[in-house]
Amino acid sequence: MSGDRITKGLLFLSSLTILLLSAGIVVSLLGGALQAFREFGLRFIISPAWNPTAGSEEYGAMSFIAGTVITSILALIICIPMAFSTSLFIAEYFRGTRTSGILRSLVDLLAGIPSIVYGFWGFYALRPLLVATGLTDQGFGVFTASLVLAIMIVPYATSLSAEIISMVPAELKEAAYSLGATRREVIFSVVIPSARSGIIASFILALGRALGETMAVTMLIGNANVIPKGLFAPGNTMASVIANQFGEASGLKMSALIAVGLLLFLITALVNYLGKLIIKRFA
Amino acid sequence: MELTDNIRRRSRTNNRFRYLVIAGSVITIIPIFLIVGNLAVKGYRQINLAFFTKPAPDTFQAMMAAVNGEIIPGGIANGLTGSLLMVLLASLLAIPLGLMTGIYIYENESKKYARFIRSLTEILQGVPSIILGIIAYLWIVKNITRGYSALAGSVSLTIMMLPLIIRSTEETMRMIPLSIREAAFALGTPYYKMIYKILIPVSFSGLATGVLLALSRILGETAPLMLTALGSPAISFDITRPVSAVPLLIWDFYNDPNMVNLVWSASLFLMVFVLSMNLLARSVASKHKYI
Repeated sequence: MSGDRITKGLLFLSSLTILLLSAGIVVSLLGGALQAFREFGLRFIISPAWNPTAGSEEYGAMSFIAGTVITSILALIICIPMAFSTSLFIAEYFRGTRTSGILRSLVDLLAGIPSIVYGFWGFYALRPLLVATGLTDQGFGVFTASLVLAIMIVPYATSLSAEIISMVPAELKEAAYSLGATRREVIFSVVIPSARSGIIASFILALGRALGETMAVTMLIGNANVIPKGLFAPGNTMASVIANQFGEASGLKMSALIAVGLLLFLITALVNYLGKLIIKRFA
Repeated sequence: MELTDNIRRRSRTNNRFRYLVIAGSVITIIPIFLIVGNLAVKGYRQINLAFFTKPAPDTFQAMMAAVNGEIIPGGIANGLTGSLLMVLLASLLAIPLGLMTGIYIYENESKKYARFIRSLTEILQGVPSIILGIIAYLWIVKNITRGYSALAGSVSLTIMMLPLIIRSTEETMRMIPLSIREAAFALGTPYYKMIYKILIPVSFSGLATGVLLALSRILGETAPLMLTALGSPAISFDITRPVSAVPLLIWDFYNDPNMVNLVWSASLFLMVFVLSMNLLARSVASKHKYI
């Protein structure tokens, strides 16, 4: 029987590491951020100042919170029509066909491409196209970053939406067809209403991915420590400012960057929790 | 008349919507062809034997080659070895730990504690990778290796891998028919033997899929390594010293205008490698659907 007890003990111990790891992450972020919060108080969250000049150092996270929220929401807006049509294609129009399987694999491939490759491709292939439209001089900025982000989060929104749409009971749809509804009418009056919360959850989870995305955004957003002034203006997100400045930071600046990380952690955890909550309700 | 008009109108909007869905789907997959095509066309020239066996060139060599219109000498060997070192170390830590935790959660689902651990795993999975870089920096770079190191990089990758493996293990275990476990218990199999001789072998392909997918996720990861492993121009296997990695090299090359041609090749290589691992994982999964 001792083998049993050892096994059970080992399994329990390994589960403890998750507990320690999670606690450690929160404690370390809080500890690292302490200096910045002690210095600036809650003003750190609402201040858009970011001045690393020695002597007049002042840090605030608002520019980056704004940058993160704007790019992520814009990415989500661009992503919704794409993910919506692909999930209808996969789970409704071409359900169970080979075409649907191929499309699903292609969309899944988008999730496999590393972030840095997206960033590089966006820089050398997409940016010149945007410059050619005349809307922007340099091609850097919120819109470019959001466009690439949108492509990156499409697979996450699609796979979950498609799964939920395919779970809509056939009887419901058949009942609507038998009343003479067209396919579009069935989709809008039966499929979407009954899958609504699941579809919303899939988009919230996709948003959660967009919030923390680092490399592609860092390479495309233009890296200016200000609240973006327009769609084509440069900015910085919480993740990109950490990626850009952590390496040469020390003292108060490092603490401020860790505080930005803590805020990012809280925002993504909240968004993901919301998404999971809706899904659990749905299931 | 009015009735047929109505039907005609509805059927027209119906068709229009259908085309809209198809058009939207086509637009969605265009980027994948553009990305693969762009990288393949611009990246293949630099891929030769030296690309895999030589470390990254310095910027002067690259500039001379670019001026003379030659292929940039050197390759990504220091990135390959660094990636290999860190991913191997991360796997050694994350795979056993993840498997055991996944089995624990599955076996104790009725307990509040196990469900709590599962929620923590879900939260951990959503943590942006750059934050795991900060954590590994605070824990390892500042306190243990006292400087950027491969160990710190591995730790950040381990924390990324763990939740992925835990979730896939738990989901795979869930697919094992209860009858198999009951049969083992009926024969008097001890608990630990049931795990080593039944649960793990039966679900092996599912577990392998989870591990492969987790590996394909961390292989392309750049952000946490920037804060931990930093990068190194030489091939190094010392886990207490900075090392490079393929995605870190892409970042370095990207920041050096002379190296542009090498970025295309390194990106092409990384993408093909990660995507083939992804496809391998999926084919393993689809071949063993019976569990």
